[in-house]
Amino acid sequence: MQTVVTDLTVRQIALATEQVLGKSVQISRETDIARDLEVDSLSLMNIVMELEDAFDLSVPLDRLASVQTVGDLADLLAMLRRGH
Amino acid sequence: MALLDQHLALAEAYKAVREAGADPFNMRFDAVLSPTEARLKGRPVVLLGSNNYLGLTFDEACIDASVEAVQRLGTGTTGSRIANGSFEGHLALEASLARFYGRRHAMVFTTGYQANLGVLSSLVGRGDHLILDADSHASIYDGAKLGSAEVIRFRHNDPDDLYKRLRRLGSAPGERLIVIEGIYSMMGDIAPLREIAAVKREMGAYLLVDEAHSMGVLGERGRGAVEAAGVEADTDFIVGTFSKSLGAIGGYLVSDIENFDVLRVTSRPYMFTASLPPSVIASTSTALARMQAEPGLRARLAHNAQRLFSELNALGFKTGPQPSPIVTAVMPDMATAVTFWNGLLREGVYLNLAVPPATPTNQPLLRSSVSAAHTPQQIDHVVAAFARIGAELGLLLPQAASA
Repeated sequence: MQTVVTDLTVRQIALATEQVLGKSVQISRETDIARDLEVDSLSLMNIVMELEDAFDLSVPLDRLASVQTVGDLADLLAMLRRGH
Repeated sequence: MALLDQHLALAEAYKAVREAGADPFNMRFDAVLSPTEARLKGRPVVLLGSNNYLGLTFDEACIDASVEAVQRLGTGTTGSRIANGSFEGHLALEASLARFYGRRHAMVFTTGYQANLGVLSSLVGRGDHLILDADSHASIYDGAKLGSAEVIRFRHNDPDDLYKRLRRLGSAPGERLIVIEGIYSMMGDIAPLREIAAVKREMGAYLLVDEAHSMGVLGERGRGAVEAAGVEADTDFIVGTFSKSLGAIGGYLVSDIENFDVLRVTSRPYMFTASLPPSVIASTSTALARMQAEPGLRARLAHNAQRLFSELNALGFKTGPQPSPIVTAVMPDMATAVTFWNGLLREGVYLNLAVPPATPTNQPLLRSSVSAAHTPQQIDHVVAAFARIGAELGLLLPQAASA
Protein backbone atom coordinates (compact mmCIF):
# COMPACT_ATOMS: atom_id res chain seq x y z
CA MET A 1 0.00 0.00 0.00
CA GLN A 2 2.85 2.32 0.96
CA THR A 3 4.49 1.68 -2.45
CA VAL A 4 1.34 2.66 -4.33
CA VAL A 5 1.03 5.94 -2.46
CA THR A 6 4.69 6.71 -3.10
CA ASP A 7 4.40 5.85 -6.80
CA LEU A 8 1.55 8.29 -7.09
CA THR A 9 3.64 10.91 -5.35
CA VAL A 10 6.57 10.27 -7.69
CA ARG A 11 4.20 10.68 -10.63
CA GLN A 12 2.98 14.01 -9.19
CA ILE A 13 6.59 15.12 -8.79
CA ALA A 14 7.21 14.21 -12.45
CA LEU A 15 4.16 16.25 -13.50
CA ALA A 16 5.22 19.24 -11.42
CA THR A 17 8.77 19.04 -12.78
CA GLU A 18 7.53 18.89 -16.37
CA GLN A 19 5.26 21.84 -15.71
CA VAL A 20 8.14 23.96 -14.38
CA LEU A 21 10.89 22.85 -16.77
CA GLY A 22 8.61 22.75 -19.82
CA LYS A 23 9.97 19.39 -21.00
CA SER A 24 9.24 15.75 -20.29
CA VAL A 25 11.33 13.94 -17.68
CA GLN A 26 11.92 10.34 -16.69
CA ILE A 27 12.19 9.99 -12.95
CA SER A 28 12.28 7.39 -10.25
CA ARG A 29 12.79 7.57 -6.49
CA GLU A 30 16.54 7.40 -7.06
CA THR A 31 16.68 10.40 -9.43
CA ASP A 32 18.97 13.15 -8.10
CA ILE A 33 16.95 16.33 -8.55
CA ALA A 34 19.78 18.81 -9.08
CA ARG A 35 22.23 16.55 -10.94
CA ASP A 36 19.99 14.32 -13.07
CA LEU A 37 17.20 16.79 -13.83
CA GLU A 38 19.40 19.94 -13.92
CA VAL A 39 16.97 21.65 -11.57
CA ASP A 40 18.39 24.85 -10.03
CA SER A 41 17.35 26.29 -6.69
CA LEU A 42 14.64 28.49 -8.18
CA SER A 43 13.13 25.69 -10.27
CA LEU A 44 13.04 23.40 -7.25
CA MET A 45 11.09 26.03 -5.30
CA ASN A 46 8.70 26.35 -8.25
CA ILE A 47 8.25 22.58 -8.43
CA VAL A 48 7.44 22.56 -4.73
CA MET A 49 4.87 25.29 -5.31
CA GLU A 50 3.11 23.08 -7.88
CA LEU A 51 3.18 20.17 -5.43
CA GLU A 52 1.73 22.33 -2.65
CA ASP A 53 -1.24 22.94 -4.92
CA ALA A 54 -1.49 19.32 -6.06
CA PHE A 55 -1.62 18.04 -2.49
CA ASP A 56 -3.21 21.14 -0.91
CA LEU A 57 -0.54 21.45 1.76
CA SER A 58 2.28 23.79 2.78
CA VAL A 59 5.92 22.80 2.27
CA PRO A 60 8.10 25.19 4.29
CA LEU A 61 11.29 25.96 2.34
CA ASP A 62 13.60 25.03 5.19
CA ARG A 63 12.33 21.44 4.93
CA LEU A 64 13.88 21.22 1.46
CA ALA A 65 17.44 21.38 2.81
CA SER A 66 17.57 17.60 3.23
CA VAL A 67 15.96 16.82 -0.14
CA GLN A 68 18.36 15.46 -2.73
CA THR A 69 16.49 12.73 -4.58
CA VAL A 70 12.93 12.39 -5.81
CA GLY A 71 12.48 9.76 -3.08
CA ASP A 72 13.50 12.32 -0.43
CA LEU A 73 10.92 14.74 -1.78
CA ALA A 74 8.21 12.07 -1.94
CA ASP A 75 8.96 11.09 1.68
CA LEU A 76 8.82 14.74 2.77
CA LEU A 77 5.43 15.17 1.09
CA ALA A 78 4.16 11.97 2.71
CA MET A 79 5.33 13.21 6.09
CA LEU A 80 3.68 16.61 5.64
CA ARG A 81 0.45 14.92 4.52
CA ARG A 82 0.46 13.00 7.76
CA GLY A 83 0.73 16.34 9.50
CA HIS A 84 4.42 16.31 10.51
CA MET B 1 38.95 17.54 -6.60
CA ALA B 2 39.79 21.21 -6.10
CA LEU B 3 37.87 23.19 -3.50
CA LEU B 4 35.95 25.32 -6.01
CA ASP B 5 35.12 22.45 -8.39
CA GLN B 6 31.65 22.49 -6.85
CA HIS B 7 31.07 25.68 -8.88
CA LEU B 8 32.41 24.26 -12.14
CA ALA B 9 29.11 24.42 -14.02
CA LEU B 10 28.62 28.06 -13.11
CA ALA B 11 32.25 28.87 -13.92
CA GLU B 12 31.84 27.31 -17.40
CA ALA B 13 28.64 29.26 -18.06
CA TYR B 14 30.30 32.49 -16.93
CA LYS B 15 33.32 31.79 -19.13
CA ALA B 16 31.05 31.34 -22.15
CA VAL B 17 29.45 34.75 -21.47
CA ARG B 18 32.85 36.44 -21.09
CA GLU B 19 34.19 34.90 -24.29
CA ALA B 20 31.33 36.48 -26.25
CA GLY B 21 32.66 39.98 -25.52
CA ALA B 22 32.95 42.17 -22.43
CA ASP B 23 32.39 40.78 -18.94
CA PRO B 24 28.90 41.92 -17.88
CA PHE B 25 29.48 41.04 -14.24
CA ASN B 26 32.80 42.80 -13.86
CA MET B 27 32.59 46.12 -15.68
CA ARG B 28 35.59 48.42 -15.32
CA PHE B 29 34.76 51.99 -16.15
CA ASP B 30 37.68 54.42 -16.57
CA ALA B 31 35.61 56.97 -14.68
CA VAL B 32 32.04 57.72 -13.74
CA LEU B 33 31.40 61.27 -14.92
CA SER B 34 27.83 61.96 -13.79
CA PRO B 35 24.73 60.06 -12.63
CA THR B 36 24.10 59.03 -16.24
CA GLU B 37 27.49 58.92 -17.95
CA ALA B 38 30.77 57.05 -17.60
CA ARG B 39 33.88 56.56 -19.70
CA LEU B 40 34.74 53.07 -20.85
CA LYS B 41 38.00 52.43 -22.73
CA GLY B 42 38.17 56.11 -23.56
CA ARG B 43 34.62 56.31 -24.92
CA PRO B 44 31.52 57.83 -23.32
CA VAL B 45 28.77 55.42 -22.27
CA VAL B 46 25.23 56.14 -21.03
CA LEU B 47 24.62 54.55 -17.63
CA LEU B 48 21.24 52.83 -17.83
CA GLY B 49 21.63 50.14 -15.21
CA SER B 50 22.63 51.92 -12.04
CA ASN B 51 19.38 52.33 -10.07
CA ASN B 52 20.30 56.01 -9.71
CA TYR B 53 16.63 56.95 -9.93
CA LEU B 54 16.79 60.58 -8.91
CA GLY B 55 20.34 61.18 -10.13
CA LEU B 56 21.46 62.49 -6.74
CA THR B 57 24.94 60.89 -6.66
CA PHE B 58 26.52 64.10 -7.94
CA ASP B 59 24.12 66.51 -6.24
CA GLU B 60 26.13 69.46 -5.01
CA ALA B 61 24.34 69.79 -1.67
CA CYS B 62 24.74 66.07 -0.96
CA ILE B 63 28.44 66.17 -1.81
CA ASP B 64 29.00 69.29 0.32
CA ALA B 65 27.27 67.70 3.32
CA SER B 66 29.32 64.55 2.88
CA VAL B 67 32.63 66.42 2.64
CA GLU B 68 31.82 68.55 5.68
CA ALA B 69 30.98 65.42 7.68
CA VAL B 70 34.10 63.50 6.74
CA GLN B 71 36.28 66.47 7.66
CA ARG B 72 34.51 67.12 10.96
CA LEU B 73 33.80 63.55 12.10
CA GLY B 74 36.35 61.37 10.36
CA THR B 75 36.22 58.59 7.82
CA GLY B 76 34.38 55.91 9.76
CA THR B 77 32.68 54.82 12.97
CA THR B 78 34.98 51.77 13.25
CA GLY B 79 32.31 49.69 14.91
CA SER B 80 28.71 48.83 15.57
CA ARG B 81 26.38 51.28 17.30
CA ILE B 82 25.94 48.70 20.04
CA ALA B 83 29.64 48.89 20.88
CA ASN B 84 30.84 52.27 19.61
CA GLY B 85 27.70 54.28 20.15
CA SER B 86 25.68 56.38 17.74
CA PHE B 87 26.76 59.63 16.13
CA GLU B 88 24.30 62.49 16.14
CA GLY B 89 23.77 61.94 12.40
CA HIS B 90 22.52 58.37 12.84
CA LEU B 91 19.84 59.53 15.25
CA ALA B 92 18.92 62.56 13.16
CA LEU B 93 18.55 60.42 10.02
CA GLU B 94 16.34 57.95 11.88
CA ALA B 95 14.19 60.83 13.11
CA SER B 96 13.95 62.24 9.56
CA LEU B 97 12.93 58.86 8.13
CA ALA B 98 10.27 58.35 10.78
CA ARG B 99 8.94 61.86 10.10
CA PHE B 100 9.00 61.33 6.33
CA TYR B 101 6.87 58.19 6.67
CA GLY B 102 4.72 59.53 9.51
CA ARG B 103 5.75 56.58 11.70
CA ARG B 104 6.89 56.40 15.28
CA HIS B 105 10.13 54.48 14.75
CA ALA B 106 12.99 54.11 12.31
CA MET B 107 16.19 52.13 12.37
CA VAL B 108 19.15 52.46 10.01
CA PHE B 109 21.22 49.51 8.76
CA THR B 110 24.58 49.51 7.01
CA THR B 111 23.18 48.16 3.74
CA GLY B 112 19.73 47.44 2.32
CA TYR B 113 20.69 43.78 2.10
CA GLN B 114 21.44 43.74 5.80
CA ALA B 115 18.18 45.53 6.57
CA ASN B 116 16.28 42.57 5.12
CA LEU B 117 18.55 40.06 6.84
CA GLY B 118 18.15 41.84 10.17
CA VAL B 119 14.44 42.55 9.95
CA LEU B 120 13.18 39.24 8.57
CA SER B 121 15.29 37.17 10.96
CA SER B 122 14.09 39.20 13.96
CA LEU B 123 10.42 40.00 13.38
CA VAL B 124 9.39 36.36 13.19
CA GLY B 125 10.88 33.26 14.76
CA ARG B 126 10.34 29.58 15.37
CA GLY B 127 6.73 28.57 14.86
CA ASP B 128 5.90 31.74 12.90
CA HIS B 129 5.25 31.89 9.15
CA LEU B 130 6.98 34.07 6.59
CA ILE B 131 4.93 34.38 3.42
CA LEU B 132 7.11 35.57 0.54
CA ASP B 133 6.32 36.61 -3.00
CA ALA B 134 8.02 34.04 -5.25
CA ASP B 135 10.03 36.74 -7.05
CA SER B 136 11.49 38.21 -3.86
CA HIS B 137 15.01 39.65 -3.91
CA ALA B 138 17.89 37.48 -2.68
CA SER B 139 18.16 39.57 0.50
CA ILE B 140 14.61 38.53 1.44
CA TYR B 141 15.32 34.86 0.84
CA ASP B 142 18.59 35.15 2.77
CA GLY B 143 16.86 36.98 5.63
CA ALA B 144 14.32 34.16 5.75
CA LYS B 145 17.16 31.64 5.88
CA LEU B 146 18.91 33.49 8.69
CA GLY B 147 15.77 33.35 10.82
CA SER B 148 13.86 30.32 11.99
CA ALA B 149 10.30 30.96 10.81
CA GLU B 150 8.68 28.58 8.31
CA VAL B 151 8.89 30.02 4.82
CA ILE B 152 6.11 29.70 2.26
CA ARG B 153 6.18 31.28 -1.22
CA PHE B 154 3.15 32.49 -3.14
CA ARG B 155 2.88 33.11 -6.88
CA HIS B 156 4.33 36.44 -7.92
CA ASN B 157 1.97 39.41 -7.58
CA ASP B 158 -1.00 37.05 -7.16
CA PRO B 159 -3.26 38.05 -4.22
CA ASP B 160 -5.55 35.03 -4.77
CA ASP B 161 -2.60 32.69 -4.46
CA LEU B 162 -1.49 34.53 -1.31
CA TYR B 163 -4.99 34.02 0.07
CA LYS B 164 -4.90 30.32 -0.79
CA ARG B 165 -1.58 29.78 0.96
CA LEU B 166 -2.68 31.66 4.08
CA ARG B 167 -5.89 29.63 4.13
CA ARG B 168 -3.85 26.44 3.88
CA LEU B 169 -2.02 27.36 7.08
CA GLY B 170 -5.43 27.20 8.73
CA SER B 171 -5.34 27.52 12.46
CA ALA B 172 -1.65 26.60 12.76
CA PRO B 173 -0.21 28.58 15.67
CA GLY B 174 2.31 31.36 15.11
CA GLU B 175 2.30 34.80 13.53
CA ARG B 176 2.13 35.41 9.77
CA LEU B 177 4.32 38.01 8.09
CA ILE B 178 3.67 38.76 4.41
CA VAL B 179 6.66 40.20 2.54
CA ILE B 180 6.14 42.24 -0.64
CA GLU B 181 8.33 44.48 -2.78
CA GLY B 182 6.90 47.78 -4.02
CA ILE B 183 8.60 47.45 -7.42
CA TYR B 184 10.22 44.15 -8.36
CA SER B 185 13.81 44.65 -9.40
CA MET B 186 13.98 42.42 -12.47
CA MET B 187 10.81 43.20 -14.46
CA GLY B 188 9.91 46.52 -12.83
CA ASP B 189 6.37 45.38 -12.10
CA ILE B 190 4.48 47.00 -9.22
CA ALA B 191 2.84 44.97 -6.45
CA PRO B 192 -1.00 44.98 -6.38
CA LEU B 193 -0.88 46.30 -2.83
CA ARG B 194 -4.54 47.23 -2.49
CA GLU B 195 -5.59 43.62 -3.12
CA ILE B 196 -2.77 42.24 -0.99
CA ALA B 197 -3.76 44.51 1.89
CA ALA B 198 -7.34 43.23 1.61
CA VAL B 199 -6.11 39.63 1.89
CA LYS B 200 -3.97 40.63 4.87
CA ARG B 201 -6.97 42.18 6.62
CA GLU B 202 -9.18 39.19 5.95
CA MET B 203 -6.69 36.50 6.92
CA GLY B 204 -4.92 38.29 9.77
CA ALA B 205 -1.22 38.84 9.19
CA TYR B 206 1.46 41.49 9.37
CA LEU B 207 2.49 43.18 6.14
CA LEU B 208 6.05 44.26 5.29
CA VAL B 209 6.81 46.13 2.08
CA ASP B 210 10.34 46.54 0.73
CA GLU B 211 10.41 49.88 -1.09
CA ALA B 212 14.04 49.56 -2.29
CA HIS B 213 13.11 50.48 -5.87
CA SER B 214 10.03 52.59 -5.11
CA MET B 215 11.01 54.99 -2.30
CA GLY B 216 11.38 58.44 -3.83
CA VAL B 217 9.96 56.97 -7.04
CA LEU B 218 6.25 56.25 -6.39
CA GLY B 219 3.61 58.09 -4.37
CA GLU B 220 2.74 61.74 -4.25
CA ARG B 221 5.31 62.42 -1.55
CA GLY B 222 7.71 59.71 -2.67
CA ARG B 223 6.78 57.35 0.13
CA GLY B 224 6.62 54.51 -2.35
CA ALA B 225 4.22 51.89 -3.63
CA VAL B 226 2.44 51.79 -0.27
CA GLU B 227 1.57 55.48 -0.54
CA ALA B 228 0.63 55.16 -4.22
CA ALA B 229 -1.78 52.31 -3.43
CA GLY B 230 -3.22 54.08 -0.37
CA VAL B 231 -2.44 51.22 2.02
CA GLU B 232 -0.19 52.93 4.55
CA ALA B 233 -2.55 52.02 7.40
CA ASP B 234 -2.38 48.34 6.44
CA THR B 235 1.40 48.26 6.15
CA ASP B 236 3.09 47.37 9.42
CA PHE B 237 6.70 47.60 8.28
CA ILE B 238 8.53 49.39 5.50
CA VAL B 239 12.08 48.44 4.55
CA GLY B 240 14.18 50.39 2.10
CA THR B 241 17.61 51.40 0.95
CA PHE B 242 19.72 54.52 0.59
CA SER B 243 21.62 53.07 -2.34
CA LYS B 244 19.13 53.84 -5.09
CA SER B 245 17.01 57.01 -5.06
CA LEU B 246 19.15 58.53 -2.30
CA GLY B 247 22.43 57.83 -4.07
CA ALA B 248 24.57 56.39 -1.26
CA ILE B 249 24.42 53.10 0.65
CA GLY B 250 22.49 51.83 3.67
CA GLY B 251 19.13 50.39 4.64
CA TYR B 252 16.27 51.18 6.98
CA LEU B 253 13.16 49.92 8.69
CA VAL B 254 10.23 52.10 9.78
CA SER B 255 7.21 51.04 11.79
CA ASP B 256 4.72 51.99 14.50
CA ILE B 257 5.11 48.65 16.27
CA GLU B 258 5.45 48.62 20.04
CA ASN B 259 8.82 47.79 21.58
CA PHE B 260 10.54 48.61 18.28
CA ASP B 261 13.91 49.30 19.87
CA VAL B 262 14.33 45.72 21.04
CA LEU B 263 15.16 44.95 17.40
CA ARG B 264 18.46 46.77 17.93
CA VAL B 265 19.60 43.96 20.21
CA THR B 266 17.95 41.04 18.43
CA SER B 267 19.04 41.82 14.90
CA ARG B 268 22.47 40.32 14.32
CA PRO B 269 23.09 42.09 10.98
CA TYR B 270 22.54 45.36 12.88
CA MET B 271 24.63 44.48 15.92
CA PHE B 272 27.60 42.76 14.38
CA THR B 273 28.69 45.16 11.71
CA ALA B 274 30.06 48.70 11.71
CA SER B 275 27.51 51.48 11.39
CA LEU B 276 27.40 53.82 8.40
CA PRO B 277 30.22 56.41 8.25
CA PRO B 278 29.34 60.07 8.91
CA SER B 279 29.88 61.05 5.26
CA VAL B 280 27.26 58.56 4.05
CA ILE B 281 24.80 59.56 6.78
CA ALA B 282 25.28 63.21 5.81
CA SER B 283 24.74 62.77 2.06
CA THR B 284 21.76 60.47 2.69
CA SER B 285 20.12 62.95 5.07
CA THR B 286 20.58 65.71 2.51
CA ALA B 287 19.29 63.51 -0.32
CA LEU B 288 16.19 62.64 1.73
CA ALA B 289 15.49 66.34 2.17
CA ARG B 290 16.19 67.08 -1.52
CA MET B 291 13.87 64.29 -2.61
CA GLN B 292 11.04 65.72 -0.50
CA ALA B 293 11.68 69.31 -1.53
CA GLU B 294 11.78 68.53 -5.25
CA PRO B 295 8.84 66.46 -6.49
CA GLY B 296 9.94 67.57 -9.96
CA LEU B 297 12.67 64.92 -9.85
CA ARG B 298 10.01 62.25 -9.48
CA ALA B 299 7.95 63.70 -12.31
CA ARG B 300 10.98 63.76 -14.62
CA LEU B 301 11.81 60.18 -13.68
CA ALA B 302 8.25 59.06 -14.44
CA HIS B 303 8.38 60.84 -17.77
CA ASN B 304 11.68 59.20 -18.77
CA ALA B 305 10.46 55.79 -17.62
CA GLN B 306 7.22 56.10 -19.57
CA ARG B 307 9.13 57.14 -22.68
CA LEU B 308 11.61 54.25 -22.66
CA PHE B 309 8.84 51.78 -21.78
CA SER B 310 6.59 52.95 -24.65
CA GLU B 311 9.37 53.10 -27.23
CA LEU B 312 10.74 49.64 -26.46
CA ASN B 313 7.22 48.21 -26.59
CA ALA B 314 6.56 49.98 -29.89
CA LEU B 315 9.70 48.37 -31.32
CA GLY B 316 8.28 44.97 -30.34
CA PHE B 317 10.33 44.14 -27.27
CA LYS B 318 8.63 42.15 -24.55
CA THR B 319 8.84 44.22 -21.36
CA GLY B 320 7.27 44.11 -17.91
CA PRO B 321 3.52 44.80 -17.64
CA GLN B 322 3.64 48.48 -16.73
CA PRO B 323 5.96 51.47 -16.97
CA SER B 324 8.27 51.99 -14.01
CA PRO B 325 11.87 53.17 -13.76
CA ILE B 326 12.94 49.57 -14.31
CA VAL B 327 12.36 48.83 -17.98
CA THR B 328 13.33 45.32 -18.96
CA ALA B 329 13.47 43.66 -22.36
CA VAL B 330 13.05 39.88 -22.26
CA MET B 331 15.52 38.05 -24.51
CA PRO B 332 14.68 34.76 -26.23
CA ASP B 333 17.91 32.95 -25.27
CA MET B 334 21.35 33.41 -23.72
CA ALA B 335 23.26 33.78 -27.00
CA THR B 336 20.95 36.56 -28.22
CA ALA B 337 21.02 38.26 -24.83
CA VAL B 338 24.83 38.29 -24.67
CA THR B 339 25.16 39.49 -28.29
CA PHE B 340 22.57 42.20 -27.69
CA TRP B 341 24.22 43.33 -24.45
CA ASN B 342 27.63 43.59 -26.14
CA GLY B 343 26.08 45.43 -29.07
CA LEU B 344 24.54 48.00 -26.73
CA LEU B 345 27.89 48.49 -25.04
CA ARG B 346 29.53 49.12 -28.42
CA GLU B 347 26.82 51.69 -29.10
CA GLY B 348 27.68 53.39 -25.82
CA VAL B 349 24.82 52.07 -23.67
CA TYR B 350 25.45 50.20 -20.44
CA LEU B 351 22.64 48.27 -18.79
CA ASN B 352 22.31 45.03 -16.80
CA LEU B 353 22.40 41.58 -18.30
CA ALA B 354 20.40 39.40 -15.93
CA VAL B 355 20.57 35.64 -16.35
CA PRO B 356 18.68 32.69 -14.84
CA PRO B 357 18.23 31.69 -12.05
CA ALA B 358 18.33 35.34 -10.97
CA THR B 359 15.48 36.07 -13.40
CA PRO B 360 11.86 35.18 -12.72
CA THR B 361 10.95 33.25 -15.88
CA ASN B 362 14.15 31.41 -16.76
CA GLN B 363 14.79 33.85 -19.60
CA PRO B 364 17.74 36.23 -19.81
CA LEU B 365 16.89 39.92 -19.46
CA LEU B 366 18.28 43.26 -20.53
CA ARG B 367 17.42 45.39 -17.54
CA SER B 368 17.43 49.18 -17.69
CA SER B 369 16.99 51.52 -14.77
CA VAL B 370 15.98 54.99 -15.84
CA SER B 371 17.05 58.15 -13.98
CA ALA B 372 15.49 61.57 -13.60
CA ALA B 373 18.89 62.80 -14.75
CA HIS B 374 18.71 61.14 -18.18
CA THR B 375 18.33 63.77 -20.89
CA PRO B 376 15.88 63.34 -23.77
CA GLN B 377 18.94 62.97 -26.04
CA GLN B 378 20.27 60.11 -23.93
CA ILE B 379 16.92 58.30 -24.13
CA ASP B 380 16.90 58.92 -27.93
CA HIS B 381 20.36 57.39 -28.12
CA VAL B 382 19.29 54.33 -26.11
CA VAL B 383 16.14 53.74 -28.18
CA ALA B 384 18.09 54.09 -31.43
CA ALA B 385 20.65 51.56 -30.19
CA PHE B 386 17.88 49.10 -29.24
CA ALA B 387 16.27 49.58 -32.67
CA ARG B 388 19.53 49.05 -34.57
CA ILE B 389 20.64 45.95 -32.69
CA GLY B 390 17.11 44.57 -32.47
CA ALA B 391 16.83 44.84 -36.27
CA GLU B 392 20.20 43.12 -36.77
CA LEU B 393 19.09 40.25 -34.55
CA GLY B 394 15.61 40.03 -36.07
CA LEU B 395 13.82 40.84 -32.85
CA LEU B 396 11.67 43.77 -33.95
CA LEU B 397 8.06 43.96 -35.05
CA PRO B 398 7.89 44.07 -38.89
CA GLN B 399 6.61 47.65 -39.03
CA ALA B 400 9.21 48.81 -36.47
CA ALA B 401 12.04 47.06 -38.34
CA SER B 402 11.22 48.80 -41.60
CA ALA B 403 10.63 52.20 -40.01
